[in-house]
Amino acid sequence: MAYNPIILSITTFIFGLAGAMYIFSWVFHREGAGRWATGVTLFAAVGNLIGILMRWYESYQLGSGYGHAPLSNIYESLVFFAFTISVIYLVVERRYQNRIIGAFAIPLAFFALAYASFGTSSKISPLIPALKSNWLIAHVMTCFVGYAAFALAFGVSIMYLLKRGNDESAATGVIGRLPAAAFLDELTHQLIMFGFLFLTAGIITGAVWANSAWGRYWGWDPKETWSLITWFIYATLLHARLMRGWSGKRIAILSLVGFSAVMFTYFGVNLLPGLHSYGAMGQ
Amino acid sequence: MMNDKTKVTANYLDSLWKFFASVKLTVVVLLSLAVLSIIGTLIPQNQSPADYFKAFGPFLFQVLATLDIFDMYHSWWFQFLMILLVVNIIICSVERLRLTGKIIFTKTPKFNLNNYRQQKQRREFTVTGSAGSVVEAYRRYLSKSFRYCRVLEQGQGFAITAEKGRWTRIGVYGVHLSVVILLVGGLIGSLYGFEGFVNIPEGQSIDTIQLRNTGLEYRLPFSIRCDDFDVQFYASGAPKEFRSKLTILEDGKAGIQKEIIVNDPLRYKGINIFQSSYGKTNLDPHMAGAPEDIELSFRSTVSGMIYNRKAVLGQPVQIPEGMGKLVVERYEPDGQFRGMSIGPALLGTLTPAEGSPVPIVLAMNFPKFDMMRKGDVVISVDQSTAAPKTAYYTGLQITNDPGVWVVYVGFAMMIVGCMVTFFMSHQQLMVEIQPKGTRTAVLVAGKANKNKIGFQHKVNRLSEKLSMNDGRLS
Repeated sequence: MAYNPIILSITTFIFGLAGAMYIFSWVFHREGAGRWATGVTLFAAVGNLIGILMRWYESYQLGSGYGHAPLSNIYESLVFFAFTISVIYLVVERRYQNRIIGAFAIPLAFFALAYASFGTSSKISPLIPALKSNWLIAHVMTCFVGYAAFALAFGVSIMYLLKRGNDESAATGVIGRLPAAAFLDELTHQLIMFGFLFLTAGIITGAVWANSAWGRYWGWDPKETWSLITWFIYATLLHARLMRGWSGKRIAILSLVGFSAVMFTYFGVNLLPGLHSYGAMGQ
Repeated sequence: MMNDKTKVTANYLDSLWKFFASVKLTVVVLLSLAVLSIIGTLIPQNQSPADYFKAFGPFLFQVLATLDIFDMYHSWWFQFLMILLVVNIIICSVERLRLTGKIIFTKTPKFNLNNYRQQKQRREFTVTGSAGSVVEAYRRYLSKSFRYCRVLEQGQGFAITAEKGRWTRIGVYGVHLSVVILLVGGLIGSLYGFEGFVNIPEGQSIDTIQLRNTGLEYRLPFSIRCDDFDVQFYASGAPKEFRSKLTILEDGKAGIQKEIIVNDPLRYKGINIFQSSYGKTNLDPHMAGAPEDIELSFRSTVSGMIYNRKAVLGQPVQIPEGMGKLVVERYEPDGQFRGMSIGPALLGTLTPAEGSPVPIVLAMNFPKFDMMRKGDVVISVDQSTAAPKTAYYTGLQITNDPGVWVVYVGFAMMIVGCMVTFFMSHQQLMVEIQPKGTRTAVLVAGKANKNKIGFQHKVNRLSEKLSMNDGRLS
């Protein structure tokens, strides 16, 4: 009997509750609900972490050959993705003392975990030979910290577009309560720099791993290529901002394009043939 | 006339330089690389021409083949874009260094005090104590966190100028240089390295591999022998681990030995040997080893009964009906009987219950061969398991890449460069202290080249700290 999928399913609902509370607090302007939402999110993040550790432990209980860090298939990566989103969000909330971002961030953690719990198999499978390496942990962790930062940048960019899509001076109420556009713009930029660093580290750890396992650090495998495409898009964004002075709407739109490339690298590539096919659906 | 010509050339060079120095070009090249890379993920690369022909038909096949779409990451146009990116990176960096070099490499940083005084986000407050005592306390405090810290006299008061992180402006050049280094490393690998594969059946050795890109043969400076191959499966049927026991043979002599598994290769003389796949192969019986399980059948000529027994080389098998025992001693891939070739055969000794031992020859391809002996028992090798017609082969990936260390240097440089570029900044601070009546007026303003909002928070916290305790700071 494995407990980790149960813990993680319950965590999914707690994330759902936290997200709903953040949205409620923002839409109905109830700061008290927002403070509660922070507590609930913290609780969910801890539950998420316990689920991960529990799964790690339980994999070793299944017999020889089964034990491994829970970072090896789509279910485990989604669980880690949700956890990273919630942690990065909590740091951002604490640093900038703004809870409205939670209404756009925590639902992403909820969706990731909901998809993991209800759309994929939570069965613990033993590792295939290609994945038996210490690089697995470094590679998957760096990639998903990067993805989570991009996910948050995506949420903040949507906030920016909502804010600027309406006439800013006239906007009151729900839109008016969104943080200042300049702040959202800068936060997007900060998150993308953070994500870019980790995406770079993720691609590099993957390359070093590939070289130690297959003797080549780059093979134009679809997943590799798509991660590079994502890297190109965010590199373009950073150059456009720093050197061409792009900001605001254009950066927000590039951030959305970048995140869709992230999502394709994550899910879409499994539809194409290649070495990363063990990340495929339902496995 | 001459003058005009040089002018035109100069203009031409100038506009060429400007073209390569533009960030617009960077953005266009990066986005083109991104969009074009997608093609190679939609159309599988480096398949056999026949597959492409079947998939696209004759016309489209011709068009796509001409455009190098089937090996697009090595096509001239993709490499042209990468070269364009490198030239762009180098020229942009040179151009920018020309402008910022003066800022980076200076011993006495310039502070335009009026700019700070007029800054919108400046902080102003008053403290007690004389300007002289306040400036000394502040200087001591600020020099703890700012490497450069100078006090300038300004009329009756003072201005403290402080800065740190000037060197972090180099970070971005580190990142750009790392991209160039990566591509140079890749170039070294593709010019002087190779990447190939070979399948070796158990027990055999090879010294020639097939190159992956060209399909040509390549002779290694040594031979590789696969002594043993073993694959284990999980209960689900998925492979758990496959390992090959390899021996390097040089000048016919056995050198180092290693068992390799996926993720743990054998490296020898700069050549890496990776476990990559495995499979079963049809064997030439001459090359095969002795069968592992020998299924024998014994037919008693007395009772007509047939008994099946398993035998292992060198171990006696008791024959039912008290007809003695049989020891299969060895396997002969090319058996001879009275000068005739009988193909693969097992040789052994039959010791009857009474009488002396007789030599036995079991021709594996001729089950009735032993009848010629006219003994009490006719022994034959079971056809289904007798001759090992297939055996495992190990699939090895064999590479040599002298550029890989260059690439790793590029990797390290890119990570460090990104950290410096994104999260460290060149920060400058100006604190002006002027007597104001009985009190002392303080103005705090700062600027950073990156993360301006974050730095403003820092300036605000700092000025709060400076205003506490009326400027005595402790």
